[in-house]
Amino acid sequence: MKTVELQNEVFAQKPTQTMSGAQAVVQALIDEGTDLLFGYPGGAIMPVYDALYDVEDRLNHVLTRHEQGATHAAQGYARATGKVGVCIATSGPGATNLITGIADAQIDSTPLVCITGQVHSHLLGTDAFQETDVVGISMPVTKWNFQVTKAEEIPMAIAKAFYIARSGRPGPVLVDITKDAQFEQLEYSQYSFKGLRSYQPKSKLNMQKVAEAAELINAAKKPFVLFGQGVLLSQAEEAFKAFIEKAGIPSAWTIMGASALDSDHYLNVGMLGMHGNYAPNKLTNECDVLIAVGMRFDDRVTGDLSRYAKQAKVVHLEIDPAEIDKNVKTDVAVLGDAKEALLALTGLVDENKHESWLAEFRKLEQEEFAMVVKDELTPSSKELTMGEVMRTINQCTDGQAIVVTDVGQHQMIACRYAKFKQSKSLITSGGLGTMGFCLPAAIGAKMGHPNREVVAVIGDGGFQMTIQELGTIFQSKTPVKIVVLNNEFLGMVRQWQDLFFDKRYASTTMVNPDFQTIVKGYHIQTREVRERSELESAVKEMLNSTESFFLEVKVGREKNVFPMVPTGASVSEIRLK
Amino acid sequence: MKRRYTISVFTEDMVGLLNRVTIIFTRRKINIHSIAASESEVPNVHRYTIVIEEHEDTVKKIVLQLEKQVEIIKAFYHLDEEIVYQEIALYKVPTDVLAAGKEAEKIVRAHYARVLSVESQFTVIEKTGQKEETQALFNELKPFGILEFVRSGRIAITKPMRTLTAIVEELESEIKQN
Repeated sequence: MKTVELQNEVFAQKPTQTMSGAQAVVQALIDEGTDLLFGYPGGAIMPVYDALYDVEDRLNHVLTRHEQGATHAAQGYARATGKVGVCIATSGPGATNLITGIADAQIDSTPLVCITGQVHSHLLGTDAFQETDVVGISMPVTKWNFQVTKAEEIPMAIAKAFYIARSGRPGPVLVDITKDAQFEQLEYSQYSFKGLRSYQPKSKLNMQKVAEAAELINAAKKPFVLFGQGVLLSQAEEAFKAFIEKAGIPSAWTIMGASALDSDHYLNVGMLGMHGNYAPNKLTNECDVLIAVGMRFDDRVTGDLSRYAKQAKVVHLEIDPAEIDKNVKTDVAVLGDAKEALLALTGLVDENKHESWLAEFRKLEQEEFAMVVKDELTPSSKELTMGEVMRTINQCTDGQAIVVTDVGQHQMIACRYAKFKQSKSLITSGGLGTMGFCLPAAIGAKMGHPNREVVAVIGDGGFQMTIQELGTIFQSKTPVKIVVLNNEFLGMVRQWQDLFFDKRYASTTMVNPDFQTIVKGYHIQTREVRERSELESAVKEMLNSTESFFLEVKVGREKNVFPMVPTGASVSEIRLK
Repeated sequence: MKRRYTISVFTEDMVGLLNRVTIIFTRRKINIHSIAASESEVPNVHRYTIVIEEHEDTVKKIVLQLEKQVEIIKAFYHLDEEIVYQEIALYKVPTDVLAAGKEAEKIVRAHYARVLSVESQFTVIEKTGQKEETQALFNELKPFGILEFVRSGRIAITKPMRTLTAIVEELESEIKQN
């Protein structure tokens, strides 16, 4: 490849060959290392599908049952593997159906390349059949987007899309391609982006700032680390562990950062946020130095900002300059890649233990165990709990599975109680809270990691939002293990109605169909559990199956998830009941 | 305290980028008082001048979120005292009121306004200045009957001496090193 310099872009270019725009799309995907994409055909994208037909051996297209499923599957793939997820759809409704998944990927920093077909360029703006301004619609929820109206723009647009999606703080990009551009012939060249003058994916590490951070950490008596997905995205798991172990700092995770540190690591003090663990929430307001690594102080993590860690000096290791001081004022901001920053910081921090500080976490952990965890994991009541299902899954998978969740009560329970021994093992919709995320995301995760067990944990509400993806599982023979925790309620909303709306259960009761029959209709093995005595054998049967398996567990209907930081409360006001 | 800030945004020349810029304001429900966009001294680099009233804390966050957009090269924010700024206004008035010796002619002279075009029916007057100045002329001409009036968005030059060319050269050399 030779390097070419344009006015504003530097990229390498390979020699040319003649092909159609549609073939160029497919060739560019292959050149970027794509071997799997999720999508749904339609009029305006048919030329690309026709080109895909010729490369089925190299580029596996998975037909989802709805375009939203394609985006979530691509997200699941990206989150499980760290690679760019790719999805494709037609114009109009096909394109608008992608939006929820794109918004989810944007807020959760997931690298996604979305390709949409568009009406002929001469029809743009005429309200043509299946025309929608997807570039305009997707602009607020994409990291970058672009409309191609000439075939010759395709190779560079796709190369740029991948470069932007995967570099810096990753995110979704969308390339909209008119149908005439797909038919048109072009001289294809492979491009490889090296940089754009308007875009600095990551800052160079400022060693002065690293030194200032180290100084604060070395002087701290009660340092506390909060880590997020940045650790996973920069593949900084080992560097992170080395840092906290050397400095002896208790560390808590956001749900996006889950599994970056082993669940059983002695410095892992649990989950942050609204339904996180008691100790890390309480002690956020007791620490003297708060070190945030690759996380963005989401409101579900911080509670009331005016009463959040006001006593502490704040160090923020972050790749995105727009996150600095956005929610929490920082004393020392270290901009750059988390791994680079952690490696540099580890060199400058003193070895330490902070045993009495760590003991404070242990003490609160015991309180939480006695008040909440014990009864959730080993309940005394007859009703099955979501927690005991997670405990059983942990036991039977030895913490080696990838757990994918949907959104709601089961999500909080899964995040709280799932045990992880491997990185990138929890895939959940964090920022957007997208019900319906789980089932398609689990398909993508399993396709990305065929050799790992993938367990999708879903509520009965979210399951029905993308239930049609059972068809994708069946057709593609993807051995995803599906666990529906059925309480016949939209449980999290019901919990809020219980606590804050005088138990007025407005539209949260679910009258569900017979899921067993529905799943059987897709030729997927099923089992239903109503009794505790059946739970372990059912989970084992599910895990022992080499095919996909559906396990429905009827759980207690009106259980609430605790602890809880009510909206507007401070993290230290976390309630155990 | 909310104050008036002028935000200068330097972008690549690309279809739809204005939309990306305004979205950052729209999502926070911030009203854009004025916006002016045109090519800058660097070829293919466009310069937007956006005026809003906001708290500095919010303006800072907006500028960072603007810079985060892939094709935005740089964004800056300034208070009025940190910039030199102007607007241009055009006034269409009936020609007969400007006949020699009449009051309107004196007003035009007093405001250092310029006559751009004289037609039998109407005359177009131009006044460059800050909003208070163009508004003052408007108020004085109003009794004579203003047929049409238009005022541009603010354009502004910053007082700090770092040039756009230097910034762009620096950014270009950075990517070439990679």
